[in-house]
Amino acid sequence: MADKLHFSLVSPARELFSGEVDHVIAPGTDGEFGVLAHHAPFMTTLKNGVVRVLEGDTVKMRIFVRGGFADVTSAGLTILAEEARNLNDIKADEVDAEIEATRLKLLALDKDDTKQFTLQEHIAYLEGLRAALAN
Amino acid sequence: MPSLKDLKNRIASVKSTQKITKAMQLVAAAKLKRAQDAATAARPYAERMAAVLANLAASAGGGGPKLLAGTGKSEVHLVVVMTAERGLAGGFNAYVVKLARQKIAALLAEGKIVKVLTIGKKGREQLSRDHAQLFSGHVNLSEIKGNNFAESAIGIGQMLTKGYEAGEFDVATLIYSQFKNVISQVPTAQQLIPAKAPEGAPTIDLGGAIYTYEPNEEALLEALLPRYINTQILSALLESSAGEQASRMTAMDNATRNAKDLIKALNLKYNRARQAQITKELIEIISGAEAL
Repeated sequence: MADKLHFSLVSPARELFSGEVDHVIAPGTDGEFGVLAHHAPFMTTLKNGVVRVLEGDTVKMRIFVRGGFADVTSAGLTILAEEARNLNDIKADEVDAEIEATRLKLLALDKDDTKQFTLQEHIAYLEGLRAALAN
Repeated sequence: MPSLKDLKNRIASVKSTQKITKAMQLVAAAKLKRAQDAATAARPYAERMAAVLANLAASAGGGGPKLLAGTGKSEVHLVVVMTAERGLAGGFNAYVVKLARQKIAALLAEGKIVKVLTIGKKGREQLSRDHAQLFSGHVNLSEIKGNNFAESAIGIGQMLTKGYEAGEFDVATLIYSQFKNVISQVPTAQQLIPAKAPEGAPTIDLGGAIYTYEPNEEALLEALLPRYINTQILSALLESSAGEQASRMTAMDNATRNAKDLIKALNLKYNRARQAQITKELIEIISGAEAL
């Protein structure tokens, strides 16, 4: 097997993953990109989407991230996500319930509340998450 | 000389106070554990974020967006004072407020315009005595359950970046209590805006390779800086909350011990008084019998 890539994925709440992997595919704002070991230094912003971690040719883990950054250096790949959830750990009906709850919260807000934007973003994230789960 | 009844009441009252302080200590200890875990869990993100920013800022040179380069002047200063919502935590709030007062006084002496944004009720109460006219806003933390500070951190961050873009201030400094360990919390002043890459952040050796940026440096910095500020606020909130609990735990531990000492002293006094009364009664009986 070729060299391993050091990959870590952190969100403000915690470090979701840190370890050696073969291949990571992440959703960059300008398109999906894959990172293998010895990738050239590279930095990009991310959009909402699935980060796939591959071991050989099999997808080992799928993590849904909301925005953030990917930073590739000689030390490895670091993804800083605003929010991240492992798709193996969540259930579709939980996400549905959360979308519903966030919608209700949004309805309860005043028109010009600054939180409105944040909540809309959150709903968009959850809907993307839901779609990713269905696949 | 207080009567026996008075002493008894006093002892009972101190005992119930001791029960309360003991309970508060235990609650604070449990909450401290959780707050500390949350603060530790948030650290990797903040550290990586700082490293990434340091990297980008270095390649941007002195330029870059306004959030990094500054407005070019430093006339209006915003002092953000972060304290707890509740008291009874020893000197926790007072120390932060003291540093804030010094900072405000220094800025005023330099002839700057100072605005104050308070986070947490206690700081506002204490500062309102002499700096109420400087207040520009307040953030209430009392509705936050557990250590769920992410939303408020983003809210505060957005408020600051918006205010900055609108030209309401040139420099923002955050004053909060840094959590060193359970017995030591250090009030710290930290410049938020213009963003400063932390000193001593680990720089990454690229081995002569050149970074590729997507979409480009400018856009990356613009996306990164507001988040960097949010992250700093979030870690400050988490550390402040851990510090508050640690400080309360220590304060309540001391209070419990003081109550114990007081109870001991009062008990001694009570027993002496009781003994004296018995002796007095005996003397009265004996001298009564002798008189016959």
